[in-house]
Amino acid sequence: MKSEYDILIIGGGPGGALAAKTAAQSGLSVCIIEKRPAIGAPVRCAEGIGEDLISEFFDEVDPKWISAKIERAKLIAPDGSAFYLDPAMAGNEVGYVLDRKFFDRELIWQAVDAGAECYVRARATDAIVEDGRVCGARIEYGKEKYEVRAKIVIAADGVESKFSRYCGIDTTVPLRELETCAQYLMTDIDIEPGVTVFYVGRDVAPEGYIWIFPKGKRSANVGIGISGTQSKNGKRAKDYLDKYVKENFPEGKTIELIIGGVSVCEPLDCTVADGLIIVGDAARLSDPITGGGIYNAMYTGKLAAEVAAECIARDDCSKEALMKYDETWRNSKMGRALDRNYQIKEIFVKLEDKQLNAILNSVNNLAMKEFSTLTLVKELIRLNPRILKDLAGIKKYFE
Amino acid sequence: MIVIRREICGYCGACVSVCPEAALELVDAYLEIDAEKCKNCSICVRVCPLGALEVSDEE
Repeated sequence: MKSEYDILIIGGGPGGALAAKTAAQSGLSVCIIEKRPAIGAPVRCAEGIGEDLISEFFDEVDPKWISAKIERAKLIAPDGSAFYLDPAMAGNEVGYVLDRKFFDRELIWQAVDAGAECYVRARATDAIVEDGRVCGARIEYGKEKYEVRAKIVIAADGVESKFSRYCGIDTTVPLRELETCAQYLMTDIDIEPGVTVFYVGRDVAPEGYIWIFPKGKRSANVGIGISGTQSKNGKRAKDYLDKYVKENFPEGKTIELIIGGVSVCEPLDCTVADGLIIVGDAARLSDPITGGGIYNAMYTGKLAAEVAAECIARDDCSKEALMKYDETWRNSKMGRALDRNYQIKEIFVKLEDKQLNAILNSVNNLAMKEFSTLTLVKELIRLNPRILKDLAGIKKYFE
Repeated sequence: MIVIRREICGYCGACVSVCPEAALELVDAYLEIDAEKCKNCSICVRVCPLGALEVSDEE
């Protein structure tokens, strides 16, 4: 590990990897550190991503990354009634369930191939801040302690992010907006291959949902997220999951327990500082409705490196110069979706099961031109003009 | 004070993100609590998906 780089990246997930690859490709010296001993493990993810989203970054999608292709989704109301969401064109894929152990590794390999240096089991214990400017990090690596300086540090350290805090930025997620999650990777279960299933309702998953994301013909990620304020002894995420699994997949075999937290709050007020850019989950950019964050991390990781390269070329890594990153993602399709989905989530988490049943029972199977939460919510509103009054304040998002 | 039941903890970091005092740190495969920063608000105890954190009366 050298004592100085153009760019130092904290965290080896998809956000950090895309940042490292992009920065290295533009000729910068790049160091990426990952505190865990392995890239891609442990998985803290249900692994779903939209088909169009992943193809934005790659000319070709390697079959090794994909556990299953998703052709439709199924939504189950609190009263048990169900409907399917289909792409308007039959045969179109709507998404993938990834194999993150392969996928994350491949992303880091691409970054290293492009010239980035990668260190695993290397942990940032503090930021180096001089005159209010972030200048690098103190790093524990093996038995040694290093001071690594960089023109720009990219914090890509995920939901448990500490680096921004070392720099004096409060990233605390409000308890009610942290979905506490548990998931089993199960085999030998009867599922509908190619269909992702979502259960909503106060009894099954208060202020969250249960998901089944197929990983194969008879295997799936079966998981749940509930709001932090709903979590208590005997009613924790794992308790709800165990109850669901016992009732629905009593013969199934569990081969992995995955747990974690997903933020469903608004993004940080500002995602840059002098010498610092924050990306992905660390910037609280996971989707407030779905909890999905892979694309958002990759998009902001790449963007962060592009802006960083420009700023380094101009020899200006001030907050003002880096604001281009913050402004660009906020005005992007992703930024607008985060904004809108946050407002929608705030309304939906307050609905009673009775209301949810009424809304969801109004929908028959739905063919969707664009497979998105926006299209679904638009349809729900069209069929339930009564709930429009609650949505009046956010009507502008649908016009 | 907050006690970590290490046999239950899955070191996922959900607690780290909600701690208002930044008193928790996930060091690879184990969780650390900085007793000087911790104010015993027990938000971490609530959020844990597994129930690995407990409030203990012992100082």
